[in-house]
Amino acid sequence: MPYIPHTDSEIREMLNAVGVSSIEELFAEIPEDMRPKSFDVPHGMTEMAVLRHMENLAAANDIDMVSFLGAGFYDHDSPAAASALISRGEFYTAYTPYQPESSQGTLQAIFEYQTAITRLFEMECSNAGVYDGGTALYEAIMMAVRATKRRKVVISEAVNPIYRIVISTYTKNLKLELVTVPHVQGRTNFEGLVDAIDDKTACVVVQNPNFFGCVQDFTELFNAAKALGALSVMSGYPVLQSVIKTPGAMGADICVAEGQSLGLPLSFGGPYLGIMTCTKKLVRQMPGRIAGRTTDVDGKTGYVLTLQAREQHIRRQKATSNICSNQALCALQTLVHLCLLGDEGLRRQALLSMENAQYAAAQLMELEGVRLLNDAPFGNEFTVLFPGRGREICVSLMSRGIIPGFPTGRYYKGLENGLLVCCTEKHTRAEIDEMVELIGGLA
Amino acid sequence: MKTVFEQSSPGREGVWPEKPSSEASDFLPEHLLRSKPADLPSLGELDVVRHFTLLSKRNFGVDGNFYPLGSCTMKYNPKFTEQVAALPGFARLHPVVPQLPWASEMTQGALAVMYETERLLSEITGMAEYTLHPMAGAHGELTGALIMAAYHADKGNKKTKIICPDSAHGTNPASASIAGFEVISIESKNGIVDPEALKAVIDDDVAGLMMTCPNTLGLYEKHLPEIVKMVHDVDALLYYDGANLNAILGKLRVGDAGFDVVHLNLHKTFATPHGGGGPGSGPVGVCEKLRPYLPVSRVVVDVYGRYQLKYDYPKSIGYVAPFYGNFGVVLKAYAYILRLGKEGLIRVSENAVLAANYMRKQLEDVLEIPYNRVCMHEFVASAHDVAEHIRALDLAKALLDKGYHAPTIYFPLIVKEAMMFEPTETENKETLDEFIADLKAIIETAKTDPESITHAPHTMPVKRLDETKAARAMEITHDLG
Repeated sequence: MPYIPHTDSEIREMLNAVGVSSIEELFAEIPEDMRPKSFDVPHGMTEMAVLRHMENLAAANDIDMVSFLGAGFYDHDSPAAASALISRGEFYTAYTPYQPESSQGTLQAIFEYQTAITRLFEMECSNAGVYDGGTALYEAIMMAVRATKRRKVVISEAVNPIYRIVISTYTKNLKLELVTVPHVQGRTNFEGLVDAIDDKTACVVVQNPNFFGCVQDFTELFNAAKALGALSVMSGYPVLQSVIKTPGAMGADICVAEGQSLGLPLSFGGPYLGIMTCTKKLVRQMPGRIAGRTTDVDGKTGYVLTLQAREQHIRRQKATSNICSNQALCALQTLVHLCLLGDEGLRRQALLSMENAQYAAAQLMELEGVRLLNDAPFGNEFTVLFPGRGREICVSLMSRGIIPGFPTGRYYKGLENGLLVCCTEKHTRAEIDEMVELIGGLA
Repeated sequence: MKTVFEQSSPGREGVWPEKPSSEASDFLPEHLLRSKPADLPSLGELDVVRHFTLLSKRNFGVDGNFYPLGSCTMKYNPKFTEQVAALPGFARLHPVVPQLPWASEMTQGALAVMYETERLLSEITGMAEYTLHPMAGAHGELTGALIMAAYHADKGNKKTKIICPDSAHGTNPASASIAGFEVISIESKNGIVDPEALKAVIDDDVAGLMMTCPNTLGLYEKHLPEIVKMVHDVDALLYYDGANLNAILGKLRVGDAGFDVVHLNLHKTFATPHGGGGPGSGPVGVCEKLRPYLPVSRVVVDVYGRYQLKYDYPKSIGYVAPFYGNFGVVLKAYAYILRLGKEGLIRVSENAVLAANYMRKQLEDVLEIPYNRVCMHEFVASAHDVAEHIRALDLAKALLDKGYHAPTIYFPLIVKEAMMFEPTETENKETLDEFIADLKAIIETAKTDPESITHAPHTMPVKRLDETKAARAMEITHDLG
């Protein structure tokens, strides 16, 4: 019996103690006509056989391609010590720290995570994390709706379309007005956004760098929103945040991000980490867990989950959200990753990625008929336009072992010729040269 | 213990990538640059390794401590599943690959895992189809509530209310409310849902009833057939909170019993680590008539036997997640199900239920058990008359001193000074016996020397913490206080 330690004689002893003659008697309350019509699950396998099966399935995924895919999810390197530390059983087999005295490890780690994240984004408060960057953005919007008691949301079309689709699902039943302001050649449309904000607007939602890779300064937009009583919500990219102007410095009220780039594997979409930060003024509107520092009866420093009055286990249907997990292990991995890299390591990761992207963009520009979508500054990701369709370029290169980027035509009409190209510190010049050469050979 | 920030020593070299040959100002204009560094810790690799190793030692995990935590199913997590999730073929797979032209070819293994897991969960629970997208149990509840809303909207039903029994997990009402429903609470009778109380509130405005069976008292809901009929008679839907599926594998399929929507907590029944609060995974299963409303994308097998992702479902509620849920967690659950197989899964429930009843019988002399009859995988005791001035919290803290995680306390709300015990199937009899003896000794001490219990714990890194101060002073980062 895998993972069940009881011997036959122990089972008999336990049954005797309960006062029943068989295990089946314990299920007597479930009447015969309620019993399963079938339970057609295959017979168990040995650990070795399951592993072999899983290795075969893993091998059926092609991960040997050289890939320039990003689109919000990035293949950055992480020091080995990060995954080694989170695999300690005391962390990964622990429960939510509701008994704080026996969970000081997890609680202090959450407190440190909150500190590291607020410093990275120059925001005042952070929660312990939510599911992922997409649901974090939805939660940020709901925070703004609660805080302003307004129901209109103005969102830039340059926000990741995958996130925008998720947001439209959640808000369908909620009588919110979702206004999407078109991008201007890949740039966030400041004027259009300001024009769309009125006295019913809860928040304006932007992304930096935006989906097309452009890095912009939103300070004036956020000031304009504030003047109209609307809050400012930004979705960010943590690695690049080590070098670009922070949402805090721009005056954002809420900043969220996908934490995956801080040391979590791509893992086909999850588990990831939704980073959520806000100003001190808004902290009671923020969903999810928050760890706080306090003292014990002897005055010794310790940590607890705090501000729980916002949460579902106390407030039930009146809670700020239904969220009752915090991707704790992912947050821990992110924290360890940030501690191993520090400012300098994270800055190097960002710069090496940007150097590669700048080089790739410059090389592609050498090809005839190829140009950048716009001349806005970019970080490690940029959108390039070709004479032919981005989709076809992708198909041609994939048959040669390279994924050159993400075809923007999938989400943006009129940008069928575009490809969103991403570089990280893991790319080599030779890989970039080969990609450019193959694209050049297509003409 | 010092925070990692207090240990920082500016200039100390960490685990750094190679030196870049440029500055950010080479690529970006001055006004787009960060003005000062983030002030992350500056530490060497050993400093970091030692800090987090020491932190881990200030934690209870199932690997080191017995966790009889009711409703949370803290069973042992097999180690080989970690190996499975770390296989590069899975861990390095980029989630947007299937959105590229012709690219499902590159992800056949991952899509197969999702397809097979959905089929297995469907068979285990008797549902028509599953989505793996919800990233936690509560996320599954919200997905289920959105599916219920979509079904009614599609049929032109005007339904505004969802009923939750008073024993429901707090996430049930919260999820229903976030999906746009008004929440109606009904009182239990003898620890289970009372058909009379249901009759009093059910009408055509009711979209659904959210139930847990066995419920949070660990009891089987024996009026189920009557409840199912009452709910379906007003064209409402029956939602099953699968947090307690651990008790009924092979004994009750919720689909056969009449439930229309189900969420499962893979991290509970299917043994993936809780991680100190996540990640979890909350797949949702539906009956035949709700199939069209499942979120997109969905995995299908085409005529050539190849797995494909399909997005074209006009009645779908849309995307509840950017991708396919917490795939890494699904991998572990899939491997666990394959390892145990049919007989293994049935034994899980049998032994979980046996252990809970064994513990209930051993404790009934020292703790009041308000609904003291055969229970499923967990049972609820009350600490209210153990001794004067002794609360459930005190017994919980005293248990920490003995090296056990405390049971769930003060839930469900319908039992005074509640203590909910769930031993799970993976703890051996010696552990159960030692725990029972230790708890009995604590209760004895509570009667003779209550002081020592009300001041517990004594052996943890900290004593009882001031939670009021934490909320009032709100020191939630090293910089904000």
